[in-house]
This record gives sequence, structure tokens and C-alpha cells, in this order.
Amino acid sequence: MADVQNTSGATTAGSIEVGTTGAGAQLAGPGTGRATVQQPIDARVAVKPSFDVNDFPVPHGREEDWRFTPMHRLGGLHDGTAASTAARGGEGTDKVELALPDGVTAETVGRDDARLGKAGTPVDRVAAQAFSAFEQALVVTVPAETVLTEPVKIDVHAEGGVRFAHVVIDVKPFAEAVVVLNHTGTGTRAANVELLVGDGAKLTFVSVQDWERDAVHVAQQSALVGRDASLKSVIVTFGGDLVRIHPRVRYAGPGGEAELYGLYFADAGQHLEHRLIIDHDTPHCRSNVVYKGALQGQDAHAVWVGDVLIRAAAEGTDTYEHNRNLVLTDGARVDSIPNLEIETGEIVGAGHASATGRFDDEQLFYLQARGIPADEARRLVVRGFFAELVQQIGVAEIQDHLMEKIEAELEANVG
Amino acid sequence: MATLEIRDLHVSVDAEGGPREILRGVDLTVKQGETHAIMGPNGSGKSTLAYSLAGHPKYTVTSGSVLLDGENVLEMTVDERARAGVFLAMQYPVEVPGVSVSNFLRTAATAVRGEAPKLRTWVKEVKEAMAALQMDPAFAERNVNEGFSGGEKKRHEILQLELLKPKIAILDETDSGLDVDALRIVSEGINRVRSTGEVGTLLVTHYTRILRYIQPDYVHVFAGGRIVESGGAELADKLENEGYEAYVKGGASE
Ligand SMILES: Nc1ncnc2c1ncn2[C@@H]1O[C@H](COP(=O)(O)OP(=O)(O)OP(=O)(O)O)[C@@H](O)[C@H]1O
Ligand SMILES: [Mg+2]
Repeated sequence: MADVQNTSGATTAGSIEVGTTGAGAQLAGPGTGRATVQQPIDARVAVKPSFDVNDFPVPHGREEDWRFTPMHRLGGLHDGTAASTAARGGEGTDKVELALPDGVTAETVGRDDARLGKAGTPVDRVAAQAFSAFEQALVVTVPAETVLTEPVKIDVHAEGGVRFAHVVIDVKPFAEAVVVLNHTGTGTRAANVELLVGDGAKLTFVSVQDWERDAVHVAQQSALVGRDASLKSVIVTFGGDLVRIHPRVRYAGPGGEAELYGLYFADAGQHLEHRLIIDHDTPHCRSNVVYKGALQGQDAHAVWVGDVLIRAAAEGTDTYEHNRNLVLTDGARVDSIPNLEIETGEIVGAGHASATGRFDDEQLFYLQARGIPADEARRLVVRGFFAELVQQIGVAEIQDHLMEKIEAELEANVG
Repeated sequence: MATLEIRDLHVSVDAEGGPREILRGVDLTVKQGETHAIMGPNGSGKSTLAYSLAGHPKYTVTSGSVLLDGENVLEMTVDERARAGVFLAMQYPVEVPGVSVSNFLRTAATAVRGEAPKLRTWVKEVKEAMAALQMDPAFAERNVNEGFSGGEKKRHEILQLELLKPKIAILDETDSGLDVDALRIVSEGINRVRSTGEVGTLLVTHYTRILRYIQPDYVHVFAGGRIVESGGAELADKLENEGYEAYVKGGASE
């Protein structure tokens, strides 16, 4: 696999686009003639956030933020035609199961609760729609200085219909928690998830999109990382027809740290989109992003956009982002776009890389030359590709579960 | 007794201006228990021979035959060849990210032996083989060849040789990139496998120094894509003194 790398500790702004059409293995970037100048991240961060859906025009798909998304498959989440079916008492009542370790509380609250919107406000029409339309928000609180030994689990099983959701995870100062938000079932869903990581707190947040094949899921996940706090976000997307997850990170004080990991497996016809923004506006914070995906089958489509903005005030920032895609068959498409914008020279480091490639024939040959049949060799390589990332999660139970899911995908799809 | 018979083997690679013939009629018979050294200058086609026998897709056999105990090796897939008993220790072993050495070794042993080795004896077997090659046990948990030094990669190749117990072992420049100590350790590993008398060894090398540790029964000089002279161990001494010059100038060429 070839790499496009652009590592810089200086003041240059960089933006590269990697577009892979059809056969994969194609790279673009500096020197390939495919570099494009885009709308600056600055402008995108500056979009006036709002809770009111009417503050956003209906997107048509040509807008920078929507240009990869197949709008007609959004189920009307973006243009007001999707209305919550739960309100009519019809299909689509989520089954939500909570596992709350001692000390953790869960409440359902209304739109006027003061804790809503603290980590982030909707930045696009679908997120605003979700905010305008949800019935009750779920607020999960981990009290200060509480160190959990068991994960908090939020299992959402959707049973069809249209749903709008809002979840707030409030981890108070010096608390430590692992929170797993697991999605199964099907339906059309728009959601906002807010992660409040208090000063000195540690949160590992895992969001698993294990939907049935026809689900539609659009979510904004906004995090506010406190002083000396650390967030580890793990986004895992296997299922669904169209899944679009938008993680956002801001820092509330210096010393904050965010690790953003993502893993996706797109099969024929699936559109899996992950676009993240890290807004470094506070000095001495760190971020590290690694997203890895595998694609197989006709019209499997993965989109990864990684926007990192280092503002003038954010001296001492250290950031790196990396996206890798493994294209297993013809007919799959990857759009991978790391963007790094740097407004101060006083940083520790900043870099990004993106690579999209096919199986490495030399790796397969090596394994086969040891007697391992071709299909098993391919599975070993894909398993290894993901295992490298899964090992970073640091929660054995979740790692095992994810490797099992990957195993199942491999059994079903890689032969 | 296992026998590998290479007859009039011609092999091409896809080059810029079309196919380019690299092997131009290789004849060689290797029997179980024998050690053949193949020596030749850079670019003479030694690795091409090694890879072609293992079935690397880059190389196209245009004519000739390769039989292992009468079975047509050229019709077998890469993994079938390995399971039939052909082992290639590579000149440049490949990194496989995310796949641990222990997982790799066990998967390979399971494939080659036709059943998963019993866990208890297997763990012991691997431990002992690693200790004999003076490999730190920590290597078992590292990813295959990732970040290994040149010498560590070669030890890892010989570790596989010891565990997979092939009928025919093709060792492509296993000596290159090794310091004196490592050369001795790796050679001892190869000799342990040879001393079973159950493997036919094709030792591909550019230099004679490994032959101080591993006594070949036959030495073949490889130049211009074929064997141009064969003899006993004494031929290596001649090469040591005179080099390949005589073969390169006068030998088979364009
Ligand atoms: N794709 C290719 N296109 C053109 N020529 C090639 C290609 N691949 C290999 N060759 C040539 O084939 C010849 C034989 O290469 P090979 O690697 O087999 O040599 P070798 O004897 O193993 O050399 P060394 O001692 O350096 O390992 C070389 O001249 C090499 O340049
Ligand atoms: Mg060679």
C-alpha cells in the first residue's frame, strides 16, 4: 500500500484529497495532480450552530459537507419529510437497555434541560432536525472522581420507523468511564450525542453501528474535553444502508487529549461516511486520529473526511491523523480527505496521512508460501489490518467483541 | 525418497518492453538428504529460480517442467506447493502487519501438517526452536517481520524451516545481512534440519562464507539464467579464489 504523507511542524496549511474510484489502489495528493483547494476548515467550523432546523437551508448534495452523501437515501432526514413515527405511537419504538454500574445515573429530560448543548450545538440541518424533533433526551452522569471498573452500556435496538435521539454523557471531573453505545435493528435515525469530559476525567466512548442492512443513521457526536482530560472515541460501523457519523472535538482547557479511532467494513451498496472535526483552539492539547476501513462489493462506498484546525491560540498543539482503506474487490469506492489547517507556528507537531490500497500481493504470497490457502491468507491480512487498531482500544471485553464481529464479516465476505 | 526434478526450465518476467526471459533452461535434480549450493553473480537469476519453484505470480514459466516425486509442481498453487513439501526461505521476507508470529506459525503448521498441532506440545516446540536460534521469546507476540532487523528476519525464516519440516528447502541468500555470530546460529539451524536426512536443500548464495558452516554435496555455478558448471565442494573453493568473472564474460548471455 502506498502512502501519501504530509507531516509538518511549520505554519503551512495543507489540504489533500484522495479519491479512489472503481479499482482502488489509486492515490492522489501532492504531486499527483489531484490536490484540490477546498472550502477552508475555518469556514466550516464557523458555520453558525443552531438548535433550530429552520436555521439551515435544505441541503441538495452539492454543498461541501454533503457532496459525497447520496441524499435520496437519507429517508427525508434532511428535508423535513421524515417525521418521528414514535410520536404517532406507530412502529419504531426503540428498545433501549441500560447497564449502569454503581454510582452512574441515567435520566430522561426535556429539551430545556441546561445540560443539553454544552458539548456542542447542531452544525447541520439533520442534526438540527434531530434536536428539534426528539422527544426526550437521555442524560447519563458519572459522578466526580468515580472510577468505573465496568463499562456503562447503552443498547439501542431500533424497530423500524423514524427516530430522533439525543444522548448526553456527562463525565464529571476526575472520573473514569468506558461507555458503549451499541446500535442494532433498523430504522431511519438522526441523533446528537454529547460527550462532556470534565477536568482530569477519562472517557472511552465506543459507538457501534451494527445495524441491519437497510438502516439509515446520521449522528453528530460532539465532545468537549476538559483541562487535562482525555477522550478516547471508538467508532465502529458495520451495518446500515447509509451511515454518516460526525465526531467533533473541542477543548475546554489546556492539557486535553483526544484519541479518535474508527473502524468500518462496507459491503456492496453500503454508504459509510465518517467526517470529523477537531478544533484546536486551546493551547497544549493533543489529538490522534486513526480510522481504518475495508470495502468489498459493487458500490460499497466509504467516505472519510478528517478536518483538523489549529487556531492561532493553540500553541503547543500535537496532532496526527491517519486513514487507511483496504479495497478488497472491484467496484468499491473510497473518498479519503485529510485536511489540516494551521494558524500558528508554535506547535509540537502536526501531520496527516491517507492510504488506500488493495491486498498486498507480497503479503499474500508469503502466507501462501507457508501452506496457508489463499482465502485464509486474505482473512489473516484483513484481520491483521483491523487488529492493529483494535489493540489500541484498551478494553479487553470490547476488543474481543469487535474481533468477533470482524471475524463474522470475514467469514461472510472474504473468501 | 523425495526428489525434486527441474527440467529445461524457462521463466520470464513482465518487463517494460514486454516479457523478458530470465531463466534459460535450468536442469537440476535435488534428492532428499542432499545439499546443493547454487552460486552466481548478482542478477544471474538465482532468486528467479527460487521464486519460480515456490510459484510467485510475478514469474511465468514458459517451458520446462518441475516434478516433486513425479507430481507436477507447476500445476500447483503456491499453498499447494508448500503443503506438498516445498519451502522457500526468502531473501527479503515480507512484513505482515497485525498478524503475530505465534498466530502465523500455528496457522502455517496447521495448514502444512493437515491438522492443528496439539497446543501443549506446540508451545514447547516453538519455544525450543526459538531458543535454539537464540530468538527472544518476545518475538512470538510481535507482528510477522515488522520492524525485524535483517538478521532477525533470517532467523525467523529458519525457525519456520524447522517447524514446517519440508521435503525440499530452498534457501535464498539466507546468509546475506548476517554478522558472523548470526551466520553461525542460522547455519546450525539449517544443519539441524539437514541432519534429519529428510530434506533436500537448495542453498542459494552469492558468497562462499556460509559453505564453511554448511557442507554442500554439490556446487552449481549459475550465470545468465542457467547452470553453467557443476561440481563438488571443491568448486566453491575455485569460486572463492577466482570469482565469477570467467562465467560472466564467457558464460551464457544474450
Ligand atoms: N520486472 C522485471 N523487469 C525486468 N527485469 C527483471 C524484473 N524482475 C527481475 N528482473 C531481472 O531478472 C534478473 C534476475 O534477477 P534475480 O533476482 O533472479 O537475480 P539474483 O541472481 O537473485 O541476484 P542477487 O544475487 O542480486 O540476489 C535481474 O537482471 C533482474 O534485473
Ligand atoms: Mg537474489
